[in-house]
Amino acid sequence: MAGVPVTAGRDWLPVATIVLGIVALWYVFAVILNAPWAYDQAGRDGVTLGPADLVAATLSQERPRLPAPDQVATELWKSTVEVKPTSKRSLVYHAWVTLSATLAGFALGAALGIGLAVAIVHDRTSDASVMPWVIASQTIPILAIAPMIVVVLNSVGVSGLLPKALISTYLSFFPVVVGMVKGLRSPDALLIDQMRTWNASAGQVFRKLRWPAATPYLFASLKVAAAASLVGAIVGELPTGAQAGLGARMLSGSYYGQTVQIWSALFMAAILAAMLVGLIGLAERMAVRAMGGRPGR
Amino acid sequence: MDGPAIEARGLNLVFETNDGPVQALKDVDLTIGRGEFVSFIGPSGCGKTTFLRVAADLETPTSGTVRVNGASPEAARQARAYGYVFQAAGLFPWRTIAGNVRLPLEIMGYPRAEQDARAARALGMVELAGFEKKFPWQLSGGMQQRASIARALAFDADLLLMDEPFGALDEIVRDKLNEQLLELWATTGKTIAFVTHSIPEAVYLSTRIVVMSPRPGRVTDVIESPLPRERPLHIRESAEFLAIAARVRDGLRAGIGDEV
Repeated sequence: MAGVPVTAGRDWLPVATIVLGIVALWYVFAVILNAPWAYDQAGRDGVTLGPADLVAATLSQERPRLPAPDQVATELWKSTVEVKPTSKRSLVYHAWVTLSATLAGFALGAALGIGLAVAIVHDRTSDASVMPWVIASQTIPILAIAPMIVVVLNSVGVSGLLPKALISTYLSFFPVVVGMVKGLRSPDALLIDQMRTWNASAGQVFRKLRWPAATPYLFASLKVAAAASLVGAIVGELPTGAQAGLGARMLSGSYYGQTVQIWSALFMAAILAAMLVGLIGLAERMAVRAMGGRPGR
Repeated sequence: MDGPAIEARGLNLVFETNDGPVQALKDVDLTIGRGEFVSFIGPSGCGKTTFLRVAADLETPTSGTVRVNGASPEAARQARAYGYVFQAAGLFPWRTIAGNVRLPLEIMGYPRAEQDARAARALGMVELAGFEKKFPWQLSGGMQQRASIARALAFDADLLLMDEPFGALDEIVRDKLNEQLLELWATTGKTIAFVTHSIPEAVYLSTRIVVMSPRPGRVTDVIESPLPRERPLHIRESAEFLAIAARVRDGLRAGIGDEV
């Protein structure tokens, strides 16, 4: 309890300083990276650029190598607020397409991850046989396997959200398995012995000891899994020439050199990831409070 | 029920370790009668904790027999015949104090109303009434250990196995808890098997003291205490008390031999 309200007021200052620093650095690089094109243009028009002209010319290009922060912000604003969310030109629309696949994949991945972890912890055969495959699955680059999943599922008539969700699942179940195996095995030998003296059944040991003990591990894994799910959904949109979604938006942006569009899609993805992780963090705080967590821990 | 609470005959237990076999218990014969308070004392590795764990069916002996309430340790465990208090309080951090005391009752399937009544009574016995809604981290080490005793008292096991329950506590708290434990023993009439490192604690609490020695773990002396059941703290300065303490110390020294 103590500590939190006192420091909360001061926290924004260092954070704001760092954000300002990053934005300033971004502007510097925007000028540097976009300068060749600006000089090129000026050369063709037969004008020489002063420093002020150069800055103005580099930060207002239509297809800059690195768009300026304000260009990205303007594009984000235009494509979210000034366009109807149902329009194909709305970033909200594309974000929703990606988010729905992300959420479906995340739910599947979390369920699969938890299920595998429970099996691995309770069954020696699963421990020996499943874990190596789980680890092997993650050594395959997702970019290699994603098109195959999409193509194979398409050929059996499954398209749309599910193939993307499955790619999300493929990425997101892994952190959950690893975290939950660790979490379900985290109770002290003393507590396991304690349960044994009461002649508790395996189910009771799971419900009353292993599961609650694994809760912190669960939330940590879910945060990683949520971010991985989003990556999976976006990657799932890339190889298919998808019509909608943040991945499609990035792909079409790169076809037409629309860097501002790419960057605003990137930011939208980052915002989505932050929201997902934030929501899980909120659920975690509520769970910790319900479980008598020591404040500030 | 008649017969002894714990009866061990020719008990041997050998642990296979990386450094070869370790004989944790060698030819232990011991009978603990009902209503007795028996302390096990000895240096580390003498098998005192192992003996308790065998009786609790947490370890399996290599040879020999143990009967707990006339049955095998496994049957006794399944019948929830004993309460076990570990060296660490072992409270579940996400449960309140009352929730912790209720836990064995939930597992044993007591109805909710009876769980609450029993938890309240057990917490009253260890003077923790009013702390039901606290979480373990909000309590001192001594209070946590009392809560863990309450948890072992909450169901009607007439045998308490206590493995150095006060080992990690300071002496003032320990004295207080020793007094409370004696009171509890007097009022409930339970049989208590109590492992300790402390000579005064063993002499103060017990009707009988089992002195053990290591490598191999064995019983070297069993001392009947002539002290009355009613024991104020200052009995520890009496000549009788000191005489028993001296005998325990001699026994421990003889058991260790020239090793130390």
